[in-house]
Amino acid sequence: MKKIEAILRPEDLDGVRVSLQEKGLVGMTVEEVQGRGRQKGVCLQWRAGQYCIEFLPKIKVDMILEDKDVETAIAAIIKVARTGKNGDGKIFIYPVEDVVRVSTGERGKDAI
Amino acid sequence: MGIKRSICWSVIMSFLMLSAPALAAEASAIDTGDTAWVLISAGLVMLMIPAVGLFYGGMVRKKNALSTIMFSFAILALISVQWVLFGYSLAFGPDIGGVIGNLDWIGLNGVGQDPNATYAATIPALAFMIFQAMFAVITVALITGAFVERIKFSAFMIFAFLWATLVYDPIAHWVWGAGGWLRNLGALDFAGGTVVHISSGLSALAIAFVIGARKGFGKQPMEPHNIPMSVLGAVLLWFGWFGFNGGSAVASNGLAASAFVVTNTAAAAAALMWTMLSWYHKRPSVIGTATGAVVGLVAITPASGFVTPMAAIIIGALAAVFSYYAMLFRMKRNVDESLDVWACHGIGGTWGAIATGIFATVAVNSAGANGLLYGNPGLVLTQITAVAVTWIYAFVMTLILAKVIDMTIGLRVREEEEAVGLDISQHAEKAYA
Repeated sequence: MKKIEAILRPEDLDGVRVSLQEKGLVGMTVEEVQGRGRQKGVCLQWRAGQYCIEFLPKIKVDMILEDKDVETAIAAIIKVARTGKNGDGKIFIYPVEDVVRVSTGERGKDAI
Repeated sequence: MGIKRSICWSVIMSFLMLSAPALAAEASAIDTGDTAWVLISAGLVMLMIPAVGLFYGGMVRKKNALSTIMFSFAILALISVQWVLFGYSLAFGPDIGGVIGNLDWIGLNGVGQDPNATYAATIPALAFMIFQAMFAVITVALITGAFVERIKFSAFMIFAFLWATLVYDPIAHWVWGAGGWLRNLGALDFAGGTVVHISSGLSALAIAFVIGARKGFGKQPMEPHNIPMSVLGAVLLWFGWFGFNGGSAVASNGLAASAFVVTNTAAAAAALMWTMLSWYHKRPSVIGTATGAVVGLVAITPASGFVTPMAAIIIGALAAVFSYYAMLFRMKRNVDESLDVWACHGIGGTWGAIATGIFATVAVNSAGANGLLYGNPGLVLTQITAVAVTWIYAFVMTLILAKVIDMTIGLRVREEEEAVGLDISQHAEKAYA
């Protein structure tokens, strides 16, 4: 089992959800986060002059997947979220030791 | 004391009879229209006070939203009481040497339902008093933009009380009190360019120097947390300003209508100009447009009873230009006068007071004077004198006052209190749960 953690543009969230659902992948946890990378910050206006925000709003999507679904999920996310410009985000992949479904006590793959 | 007071009263009365027998004879003739308009105007100005809180509250970070709104609300409570106790007497009471009123009207003693012909012959003295009370309150509220996000609430309350007593009351007396020396000099200030805006703007600058910059100022972004709240505040200020300026006619007449019209016109011209300035530099800014409207209202305040609508357009538009660049200048100098009270009210008020000397005409107000454009350059000099005196007195007195409070109880919260925000550290509350 793997966990994928995708940091994406906030406006891509719904498109990514639909794209994953088409592949039969429905479970995810979403967080609003702030971050910075090659896109850096953005400058906004104050009453006169401007101020710069060094962290931009992003969305973080966490999913736990069977190994066989990982590449499918990555492809589904990239299909929607890639513009080719700085700021598209990143996907991190981690190994997962175990999963427990709280309602039934199922473990491992059955709990995903 | 009773005898002393009645002697004093008869002296005042005989003085009035001597100087203006016609007025004194009419003294008891209350005009219902005038009274209604002045009372409504007092209510309109009252609404501006929490509006200052909203205007400023939207511009701070969310950890200080409540604290910033509380400044204006607490001052509405505090200075309303100060005014009734002795503030009104100091500002408008019988004159001592042109510099201050005496304490004859302490606790509103003798300020009753009959008119006081010296100030407003057709409305109850109490109506004039409460209208003026709101001016005293809002002036103190305006200063709070200087020290948001870092002042100790206890020190703030003490500062507000002493400032109203030692700075506002004397300046109000000089400009508006019977016998006040700037009034006798012929300086024109219809609704408070010097008394309200220059005094608050310069005092804001002084206390900002004493309290110092916010932690992280200039290094980390300090984002306005709720611009819609600030816009709401600005809109309520605009609305209330019809009472501020229109009510300053202290009558329900043509002059009130004229003041109402030039007020709206100047606000509009300034908002428009600020939109264009921000567009020229980047994009048409919303907080900028709202700020522009406020600056236009500030600038027309001293002029509102003396100028034409065409002059109001010029006064408003130029006010936006001056304040905009004053703001950039303040930022470049790295001074954390946080919400630009000096740039908006100090500079806007200064321009308005000088513009009154340029554009005033007796065609608008026969009790006023002609300005530079109507052949009387002397008025500009008188106006500049009043401006200079107010700049210096407000700045120096506030500097001393702030320094004394800072050296005794301390103006500023501890570093960790500032980091967590004043809402939690000073009020044990959160604006947004």
